[in-house]
Amino acid sequence: MMAPEMQNAIIRVRDISVQFGTTKVLDGLNLDVKRGEILGFVGPSGAGKSVLTRTIIGLVPKISGRIEVFGIDLDAADAAARRGVERRWGILFQQGALFSSLTVRQNIQFPVREYLNVSQRLLDEITVAKLGMVGLRPEVADRFPSELSGGMVKRVALARALALDPELVFLDEPTSGLDPIGAGDFDELVRTLQRTLGLTVFMVTHDLDSLYTACDRIAVLGNGKIIAAGSMADMQASQHPWLRAYFHGKRARAVMG
Amino acid sequence: MNGDPTLERIARGNGLALCAAGSWTARFAPVLEQIVADAEKLTGSRPNIFIDVSQVSKLDTFGAWLIERLRRSLTQGGVEAKIAGLSANYSSLVDEVRRVKTAPAFDTTSVTVAGMLEQVGRSMAGIGATMVGLIDMLGAVLAASGRVMIHPRGFRLTSTVHHLEQVCWRAVPIVVLITFLIGCIISQQGIFHFRKFGADIFVVDMLGVLVLREIGVLLVAIMVAGRSGSAYTAELGSMKMREEIDALRTMGFDPIEVLILPRMLALIIALPILAFLGAIAALYGGGLVAWLYGGVDPEAFLLRLRDAISIDHFTVGIIKAPVMAAVIGIVACVEGLAVQGSAESLGQHTTSSVVKGIFLVIVMDGVFAIFFASIGM
Repeated sequence: MMAPEMQNAIIRVRDISVQFGTTKVLDGLNLDVKRGEILGFVGPSGAGKSVLTRTIIGLVPKISGRIEVFGIDLDAADAAARRGVERRWGILFQQGALFSSLTVRQNIQFPVREYLNVSQRLLDEITVAKLGMVGLRPEVADRFPSELSGGMVKRVALARALALDPELVFLDEPTSGLDPIGAGDFDELVRTLQRTLGLTVFMVTHDLDSLYTACDRIAVLGNGKIIAAGSMADMQASQHPWLRAYFHGKRARAVMG
Repeated sequence: MNGDPTLERIARGNGLALCAAGSWTARFAPVLEQIVADAEKLTGSRPNIFIDVSQVSKLDTFGAWLIERLRRSLTQGGVEAKIAGLSANYSSLVDEVRRVKTAPAFDTTSVTVAGMLEQVGRSMAGIGATMVGLIDMLGAVLAASGRVMIHPRGFRLTSTVHHLEQVCWRAVPIVVLITFLIGCIISQQGIFHFRKFGADIFVVDMLGVLVLREIGVLLVAIMVAGRSGSAYTAELGSMKMREEIDALRTMGFDPIEVLILPRMLALIIALPILAFLGAIAALYGGGLVAWLYGGVDPEAFLLRLRDAISIDHFTVGIIKAPVMAAVIGIVACVEGLAVQGSAESLGQHTTSSVVKGIFLVIVMDGVFAIFFASIGM
């Protein structure tokens, strides 16, 4: 059995550094994501939020450090263990990254078909169920990604990320490019899914509304490190200049009312 | 970690309880499907059935949906089916899947004779549409060049030079190498067969006429269609996909003038230059092989070449080059602008750009052959 604290932290990032050419993007960064929480991840543009996400999921090589997901060290894991981990997480990319030559239905079924040997009937039913969960009607199933609106692309991408019922989802700016009502619905959706499916959510965002309404905990990235992590109240109490500007700026006041 | 899923049947009076246990999750989906399919056959055996899920250790969308599917098919069979023992954690998930409407039958189009005939008809109509599209683009390009001639400030010199570097300067090594090799092969084959008649020296006539009139320009045009035509289609196609062309239009620029005219012009300048270099490389290669393999020394080769070919042969070849360039360019641009949203569409149009480009180049070559023959060149 795993140690209790291992079970508690679903992602453990220790001392990771990432370098592009001579610029150090992440510099000895530490971060824990607890099971069942929605972690909002913020920071100035270009601070490396997406880089951290991509490093955790293994798309960007790191020069040092250690990453554990579900208590498995991803560097030490063999191919089979890695595949096991990949099956238990879902990723929503910033631009959706839907396969443009497949229909919505094929996009959602793609990972399921790959990992599970189930009948076409169950696949179709699950597709409709997932589309329903993300608030889309079954009719969109036979459309191609180029025929969808921006908001629908994000929803379909979320449905694909959820296709295998993952325990952990990474959302990279899920509400960017959505209208405020759509963004609000999306936050609500993430909350609902987290409750119903018991998800852990790692959400990179710029959206203050999302931070207020959807997130349990917030982590702030700056200078390649986590400069603060905690609840919304902790963030507002912080004296760090960037945090003050971010959480007490004009837009933040508008959100808080 | 968690036990395999099971569904036990326990008789309860005149009813039946189905006790689900273990983890009803995606991992066990194939097993679960079988279990549920078996349980669905119970329809009609009892008037009421309880589905007891209190022993389920783990539930996700797959499991919840299969339980819901079981409930629905039992209900449809006239059995009173109820789900019982749902824990609070999972009730919202089950509520969620309960709202799912039964999957509409996704229609799959079957292959029929009528369907195949329809396809043939559509592709014939498609050929007509392609021709219209090409003529349309030719007109648009001519109109744009007219506008540029009236207002020379609208001409994009930097862009033209950039494309000239891409399609001309960077193409020189590969074009020269391939035409050189083809020249060698023609010469070797010629000598091999002509030697039987003691007519070795006539290989120079054949090489000169063939390379200057036909092979030089045709080969280079085919290479350029594959190399630059495809690049144009892919560039314009991905710009179309990312709405860059729409952006240009809304800023008041004409995409034909900004994107297509410089490309066309670069190609029209490049192809004669490449054809000329290609012809020289082929003659050089042919001469080299004639010397080393056929024993025709360079002086004799040059003397014979001077007698065998006239300036007409060279002119015939080089006149064709810009026309072929225009054909390749127009096909590539039309295909590029026809790209739809998907990566697959980009691939299809790039393929058809090269295929149509090469086809039309060969057709043009035939038309030119008839034309030059009738004017006696």
